[in-house]
Amino acid sequence: MVYENPDGVRIGLEIHIQLNKLKTKMFCGCSTDYHNAAPNTHTCPVCLGLPGALPVLNKKVVEAAIKVGLALEGEIAEETQFHRKNYFYPDLPKGYQITQYDFPIVSNGKIVIEGEDGEHTVGITRAHMEEDPGKLVHIGSIEKSKGVLIDYNRSGVSLIETVTEPDMRSPKEARRFLDKFRNILEYLDVFDGNLEGAMRVDANVSVHWGTRVEVKNISSHKGVERALLYEIMRQKNVIRRGGKVSQETRHFDEGRGVTLSMRTKEEAEDYRYFREPDLMPMRITDWIPAVKETLPELPDAKRTRFIEQYGITDMHAKSLTSKIMLADFYEGVCAKGVDPKIAATWTADVFLGELNYRDLAISSYDGEKIGFIHAKDPRIKNSIKVSDMVELVNLFAEGKISDRAAVEVIRTMLDTAEEKTPSQIIEEKGLFKAEDDLVTKAVAETIAENEAAVQDYLGGTEKSLNFLVGQVMKKTKGTADAKTARDLIIKELKG
Amino acid sequence: MITKEDVEHIGWLARIEISEQETVEYMEKLNSVLGYFGQLDELPTKDVTPTYHVAEIYNVFRDDVVEECLPQEVVLANTEHKQDGAFRVPKIG
Repeated sequence: MVYENPDGVRIGLEIHIQLNKLKTKMFCGCSTDYHNAAPNTHTCPVCLGLPGALPVLNKKVVEAAIKVGLALEGEIAEETQFHRKNYFYPDLPKGYQITQYDFPIVSNGKIVIEGEDGEHTVGITRAHMEEDPGKLVHIGSIEKSKGVLIDYNRSGVSLIETVTEPDMRSPKEARRFLDKFRNILEYLDVFDGNLEGAMRVDANVSVHWGTRVEVKNISSHKGVERALLYEIMRQKNVIRRGGKVSQETRHFDEGRGVTLSMRTKEEAEDYRYFREPDLMPMRITDWIPAVKETLPELPDAKRTRFIEQYGITDMHAKSLTSKIMLADFYEGVCAKGVDPKIAATWTADVFLGELNYRDLAISSYDGEKIGFIHAKDPRIKNSIKVSDMVELVNLFAEGKISDRAAVEVIRTMLDTAEEKTPSQIIEEKGLFKAEDDLVTKAVAETIAENEAAVQDYLGGTEKSLNFLVGQVMKKTKGTADAKTARDLIIKELKG
Repeated sequence: MITKEDVEHIGWLARIEISEQETVEYMEKLNSVLGYFGQLDELPTKDVTPTYHVAEIYNVFRDDVVEECLPQEVVLANTEHKQDGAFRVPKIG
């Protein structure tokens, strides 16, 4: 199957990621641990742009940029340097942003995503280093703002901006690209995507291979898909009415789910880029072998290995490697000698599914337990131990608990902060699998009490069997194994 | 040559209000400066590599080590325009 791209959609992305795993900012020793701090407590003359202050580049920023470049299979520049991008806005205390211009550190990379019609390659035009501006908070709403408060704690934090080719053909592909990109960055350990403002996206989009429109200010993956769906619909409507899409910059209003025109008089040439005289150029290609050594096994390679090493399905391998912390947790569980296939089901399908259902995101793994945090309310957090998952998988594998009971154990572990082992939960809730004679008794009772359903089933209505199994489960309070109950009923009725 | 429109645009980029009279004045001054630097165009530089730094130094880095920041009251000491620990500025149009 080849994707026809009926609307001629082309999407390119510009993604800013914060190197928030580094201890200090890009050009000064101020700590990057400012997320719960009072405003303007993590600043110094350099990141406040005070006269006479001189920036000195954090070596780790360059290493991180090389890592990203290698992971994206890009080229690392022989010589690279910084420029000043000049514009006046209060989030930028110096009046310019230190960024890279015509000599970016990384160029010509790629990421292979699961596209509309199978594997699809998205080209990476470039990736470069730059500093984050400060944060502005409007007093009141943006429209009726009475003034603006500026917090420079974020000013000078290291960013990597990655620019893609316009290779994505649908909002879904754009979202998949971002998921994959974020996954790779987390593998590289340069980035914690759970922190506020860690990833910001601008998107270029056009339909029918026409004029492109830039949509700015998208802060989440879901936001990207929504913003693009809206913008594609808007452009198609303009064309349908006989109009022309004009080249412009639009702003995504997350609350209303619409894009709005932003009048701007500034063009690229107005930024008056020139070489940053305060910073020396860099020749860092001789670092590449050493940085290469620090590169972890990347998601695609890990996925292939999981299939071979653990004999699990591609679906499970894909899901387990979608987060490095989840992959490590799974391997931690398997290392304890459990059946890797059963462990994959309970980790990838049930555990991950229950997390998603609760809007919980995996946030840590320390070799003993995997931690997760609520996507919208970071105060809600919990964890599950490797040893708990091992115990659960073994209890299930040995046939001591039913699958329903195992799901119940996982739910209980997610929903309560108390540290209880699966055995304790099973004990307390009476989830141990019912003895066979108990099930046999429940089957006999069920058949005796539900004559109509029995007749229907014997008459060929398969649905009635499910009803009868349900009755047995009810009588045994869910402790019976559904398959055993089913087999027993069939045996009883059909011999 | 710099025109009156160029001066107005540069003024806008710098968020500076420039009067009609100043516009003409700055246009003349800027053209004089540009003309002066224009003399450089007469030199043969075709085979000369551009110099961006007089010292041929590469790779100046620091380690990722946390240093002390300024206290908030020191950061805000030079402004009267503050609120809740932040700088306060007019709404930006």
